Amino acid sequence: MSSVTSAHSVVEPSPTSKRIAGAIVILYALITMIPLVWIFLTSIKSPPDSISYPPKIVFAPTLEGYCNLLTTRTRQTPEYIASLPAPTGTCDEVTRKRNMVIAGPSNFLPRFANSLVIAFGSTFLAVLLGTLAAYGFSRFRVPLADDLLFFILSTRMMPPIAVAIPIYLMYRELGLSDTALGMILLYTAVNVSLAVWLLKGFIDEIPREYEEAAMIDGYTRLQAFWKVVLPQATTGIAATAIFCLIFAWNEYAFVALLTSGEAQTAPPFIPTIIGEGGQDWPAVAAGTTIFLIPILVFTILLRKQLLRGITFGAVRK
Amino acid sequence: MNISSSSMVEKAADATARAMPTSVVRRLRGLSDRAIAWVFIAPTIILLLAINIFPLIWAIYLSFTNYRANRPNAPVLNVGLGNYERVLNDPDIWQAMQTTAHFVFWTILLQTVIGFALAYLIDRKFRGHAFWTTLILIPMMLSPAVVGNFWRFLYEPQIGLFAYAVSLVTGIPTADIQMLGSVSLAPWAIIIVDTWMWTPYVMLICLAGLRSIPDYIYEAAEVDRASAWRQFWSITVPMALPFIMLAVLFRGIENFKMFDMVTLLTGGGPGSTTEVASITLKRAAFESWATGRASAFAIVLFVAVFGLANIYVKALNKVKQR
Repeated sequence: MSSVTSAHSVVEPSPTSKRIAGAIVILYALITMIPLVWIFLTSIKSPPDSISYPPKIVFAPTLEGYCNLLTTRTRQTPEYIASLPAPTGTCDEVTRKRNMVIAGPSNFLPRFANSLVIAFGSTFLAVLLGTLAAYGFSRFRVPLADDLLFFILSTRMMPPIAVAIPIYLMYRELGLSDTALGMILLYTAVNVSLAVWLLKGFIDEIPREYEEAAMIDGYTRLQAFWKVVLPQATTGIAATAIFCLIFAWNEYAFVALLTSGEAQTAPPFIPTIIGEGGQDWPAVAAGTTIFLIPILVFTILLRKQLLRGITFGAVRK
Repeated sequence: MNISSSSMVEKAADATARAMPTSVVRRLRGLSDRAIAWVFIAPTIILLLAINIFPLIWAIYLSFTNYRANRPNAPVLNVGLGNYERVLNDPDIWQAMQTTAHFVFWTILLQTVIGFALAYLIDRKFRGHAFWTTLILIPMMLSPAVVGNFWRFLYEPQIGLFAYAVSLVTGIPTADIQMLGSVSLAPWAIIIVDTWMWTPYVMLICLAGLRSIPDYIYEAAEVDRASAWRQFWSITVPMALPFIMLAVLFRGIENFKMFDMVTLLTGGGPGSTTEVASITLKRAAFESWATGRASAFAIVLFVAVFGLANIYVKALNKVKQR
């Protein structure tokens, strides 16, 4: 097992150093996961368990948090609750145990639906516009191409609050404030810069000869783009789409400033979940868990492309 | 491209051509490359002009006026450079800039040191490194607002896991671990969450840097009997430096704009100890409704980020050329 003093000892680290490196990294990864595991554990605790001290690691799991997230409830006397017909469904049952009855659905699902509509809508538009522009920049001699590309990049340097003021005024004039369409357009504009830069990198890597061959075979430029380039760029387009989706899914500043209800997404809503006597942490944790799951899945799907996405394609792996 | 696949493609093209009305096909066939380039690029440019540049120009205009967004019908006066004068002489704004600089400095320092160290260790390619790396990457993919909100719970002195863990290790009573309520600890509460979230980002870029160093350089150093320490400082660090600097640039720009996490964790408090520039700006624009002055501050901020980023990119390019 002992490593030999050869050139390989550098390129291929010794088993001991590997083991030490592994131990430190695993320790870091485990510590870094604690808050996320805690979110999940809190989401299946009862409200008293969630705020007990010392923090409970062993507890009886319950779906109360999820029920409280999805409904609004009112407190009732035990006598009143006894007079009601048998509980309908799990949530009703769980809620009654705490002398509550369900008064109606909470705002979580509409906010979550807004998140879906706005994130997917803006992603679709950003990827569509981004693919076209990236192809344009990649294949044609565009005057001032470098300046235009830098201009596209620089739109990401602005603090969101800085443009939020005029956008707020503009949207008020156009009737776009607090509408899903307004948020979709805004997120498309923010994401399209990333989409152009990333996709240009991906399309640059597809040899021009493919299109040229297709055009010699009688294709027009557009047919070559549609039938030859797009299929080749699918992986890049998918990766770009997921990055745009993650941004739109997670965004908070614009949505907090420009929407007041109708078009609000989940991130500003989750912190406002209040229970009796303060924040209802199991419900907040339940909302957080539901909200994080798609991103966890995407992270695992995306890990190979991650580097490109976060650096605007400036670094390739 | 071989014959069978090209004929297949041709068939598909014929099918497309047949599916389209002839007039459309003729029109598309007629488009020159130059026209296609513009048709493809124009929508993006128009969208960016409408939603980024037009608002920016409007903000510049507003920064010279006393306009207030909550009184749209009041007469708008041109106040010249008055707003800029007020912004640059406002001690609160300088305080906010200092707070921001403090955050940017510490978050970048911690994230770079920890991120680089992790990347260096992961580069040893121990068993299962891909799996653990993926786990480490998760925090940076999450929503800063949603996660920041939950950290508020972790930081609660009486019930939170953080205070409990710190108290267990150090023996300090949890009542004294007021991460969000104490003037001296609140900034660190934010720095800790930011570091937790964004260290993976720096790590990932550093890892790409380390993987870009060709093995033969180390082999040559080995032949010259350079010590491991010497190899680290003379090869690893300088070769990875452009990547580290890129990470610092991206984190710097992002943390200069820091808003969501601070809003959810402390809202700028206690007092104004964690009031970063974005929060001051938000207060001026959407609470005091001093639209003109807020716009002037926004422009100052934008110029500052843009200017610093440009200077930094020049330095980065110098390092790259070396």
